[in-house]
Amino acid sequence: MAEARFGPRTRPARWDVVHALRCYGHIVRMWIRAALAYPASFWMTMAGNLAASGMDFVVIVVMFLHTHVLGGWSLPQVAFLYGTSGLTLGLADLFVGSMDQLGVRVREGSVDTVLVRPVPALAQLAGDRFALRRIGRVLQSGAVLIWSLSRLDLAWTPLRALVFVSLVLCGTVIFGSVFVGGSACHFFMADAAEVQNSFTYGGATMLQYPPTIYARDIVRGTVFGVPLAFVNWLPALYLLGRDDPLGLPSWFRFASPVAALLCATAAGLLWRTGVRSYRSTGS
Amino acid sequence: MDEVLIEVEGVTKSFVVRRRAGRLRRAREVVNAVAGLDFTVRRGEMVGYIGPNGAGKSTTVKMLTGILLPSTGRLRVAGADPVRDRVRLAQRMGVVFGQRTTLWWDLPLRDSYELARRIYRIPDAAYTRNLDRCVELLELAPLLDVPVRQLSLGQRMRGDIAAALLHDPEVLYLDEPTIGLDVVSKRRVREFLARINAERGTTVLLTTHDLTDIEQLCSRVMVIDHGRVVYDGGLDGLHRQGRSERTLVVELEREAPPIELSGTRVVRCEGTRQWLAFPASASAAPLVAELAGRYGLRDLSVREPEIEDVIARMYGEAERADTAVARVG
Amino acid sequence: MYAAVCIRSFRRYSTYRAATWARVFTNTVFGFILTYTYVALWHVRPHLGGYDLSAAITYVWIGQGLLSLLAVGDLGALADLQTRIASGDVAVDLFRPVDQQRWWLAVDAGRAGYQLLTNALVPMLVGGLAFHLRLPQGSAVDVVASWVATVLALVLALLVSYALRYLVALTGFWLLDLRGVQLVYYLTSCFFGGFFLPVTVFPAALEAVARALPFIAVFQVPADVFLQHYDTAGTLGALGVQLGWAVVLLGLGRLVQSRAVLKVVVQGG
Repeated sequence: MAEARFGPRTRPARWDVVHALRCYGHIVRMWIRAALAYPASFWMTMAGNLAASGMDFVVIVVMFLHTHVLGGWSLPQVAFLYGTSGLTLGLADLFVGSMDQLGVRVREGSVDTVLVRPVPALAQLAGDRFALRRIGRVLQSGAVLIWSLSRLDLAWTPLRALVFVSLVLCGTVIFGSVFVGGSACHFFMADAAEVQNSFTYGGATMLQYPPTIYARDIVRGTVFGVPLAFVNWLPALYLLGRDDPLGLPSWFRFASPVAALLCATAAGLLWRTGVRSYRSTGS
Repeated sequence: MDEVLIEVEGVTKSFVVRRRAGRLRRAREVVNAVAGLDFTVRRGEMVGYIGPNGAGKSTTVKMLTGILLPSTGRLRVAGADPVRDRVRLAQRMGVVFGQRTTLWWDLPLRDSYELARRIYRIPDAAYTRNLDRCVELLELAPLLDVPVRQLSLGQRMRGDIAAALLHDPEVLYLDEPTIGLDVVSKRRVREFLARINAERGTTVLLTTHDLTDIEQLCSRVMVIDHGRVVYDGGLDGLHRQGRSERTLVVELEREAPPIELSGTRVVRCEGTRQWLAFPASASAAPLVAELAGRYGLRDLSVREPEIEDVIARMYGEAERADTAVARVG
Repeated sequence: MYAAVCIRSFRRYSTYRAATWARVFTNTVFGFILTYTYVALWHVRPHLGGYDLSAAITYVWIGQGLLSLLAVGDLGALADLQTRIASGDVAVDLFRPVDQQRWWLAVDAGRAGYQLLTNALVPMLVGGLAFHLRLPQGSAVDVVASWVATVLALVLALLVSYALRYLVALTGFWLLDLRGVQLVYYLTSCFFGGFFLPVTVFPAALEAVARALPFIAVFQVPADVFLQHYDTAGTLGALGVQLGWAVVLLGLGRLVQSRAVLKVVVQGG
């Protein structure tokens, strides 16, 4: 056999978004295969996740055993909020949720190995420890959402369909931005994961219930502060034909894409600042 | 092969460390990890980078790879700024962190290489050729389909080195590549590095604690201490400058008073055994001949100088020089 | 000796400051969310489950306060025991002349003590500032008796919770991956313990299931004692139920532990 020699050097021109996404996809596939190396554990945690996210809905159902309306909203309407909140959080959690482990990597110093590769750190770290079991929440919330839609009997128009699709997409982007922005905080301080959880899981729990039950200042905070109201509350007001407890102009109900864009930009800037700070402190 | 690949000019790196002082107060403290580095590395060179723990070795490697931003100074790799052109330079460099594997724990070794292929966008032909070559030289064939968690430390290191070379880097940074390896693995790793350096002209910068790595691989050594280069040159010069000593351990047939032999001094005496230190640059042969003529020898061995001792002596020297300068000034 | 272990554990937990405050923050956020859902429900059904509105809100904040103290979502200090079982280090512990169950109880008590002062008190204070919470009421004697009964109920609740978590941790001798067991434990203890909703609000069949399980002894009972949900006889009965579960579960823990020791002896860990 002829001796194999190293080939001539070849260099791709530059990196781009498509390449970053491809690498993310490949990393995700590798984590799935790694998880399937322990199939029993994989399926058990998958079933556990499904049950865990379903527990919240059982609580809502138990509440509705005692009443027909909660904050003026019926069970199918609350189920719609529950389903959309869970679906968008679940998707964001599935795609980038494992980034809340970034703190561990910063402490271990293993972020270094990511920074020496020709792919943006975000693409590599977002796929890190990808956990397919998190699809449990997506499936369970999706099922509740389908049930609620079947009971709500909405008069579907092209605009309604568009708002619904944009709800799912923008909601996922907003939650995803909270995950990324929160993870960027791991570059500055330890134990940011728990605070991040209050915004993601806490926020999602809040969005499962109608905005009418909360104090107005809290709802205002979700519109003008951390814009979680744009995930499902505001679009749901339009889709379900309900009044806004804050009396905001009606275009707010269609403003989710703007909010999603702002969130993604803010998260991106925070991430860059985080990586820069890591560059200058090394910890 | 005279092209300058790495240029470091007056580079410093300082960290602010916050330390708890008392119950609530926190004291700020500035630590200078690197305090003014100047050196250049030419394409195709193989340079050993040594120094005690905390001397600034890892910080230097991190700055060269674009992980850390220097506080001041100029740093260029292949004419580019490692931080600003990180992604572009990453394509041209390979990095191996000795104590931190980049391989996938639960998956076969091969999968980690597949990932590298995607990340570095290695063309199929080049990938196949380079992988075959690494597999052959590092004897990885039987390991390719074994999950990484089942590999020994030495096998894993070989796997890591291969992963860093699949994309044909022009420069390879190795941080303690032989730490914790058994003798056989160390040898394989060294042979491999010598080979790729010769074959591909890959520039190699390696930090290590193991003098043998340097002796067998590097024509040039840089010693760093307290964030400064205190020595830069060949290994012989290092021994000379560090006034390093080898030790002749002799076992005499019967106990004797400390041996007096010109060019040596007895550093230890224990029964019939004596330890004689002599300059590392001197040859041991005439000493042995003379000893054999004067004493009945039962056994004899030569100990190489410990790099730590050599360097420790060098630091002592540097500090003395500093104080001398201070006195004059 | 156990007192010393307990104090050392308290000190150790007091070094995890950032983590503690982050947890306090989360508990407080969830406290607000739950409160509003309860307010909405009790607005429609003012005396649901035998609680008036302010009792229901108080129930929420007791729950958020006790979540960490009673280590409902995690194993508390027993996470360390679980790590030692997984790594095999536990073999060394088993042959030391200390009682494992008591040793870890002391460690967990130190943890609970620290969390009483932080994770339990702070969310309850915040809740108390934001909403009207119900404190024990009635004559001076009633109030004192309620507080004493609450402290007793809390101690017993911690014992029951500890006994349950000890059992969960011990399953590590037989199972490699405890995540599934822990998740099941978390869900059942939260749901049937009454952390999400009081079990008195459950449909009859579910309530019967909850009453037959030990989890109500962890949370529902101490909360009800504090809210003066029971008369004197009822309070004593409830404390009796807690004591019963503590004895049964701690006994079960010993039994399982002896099996585990046997397994370690036979297989060498």
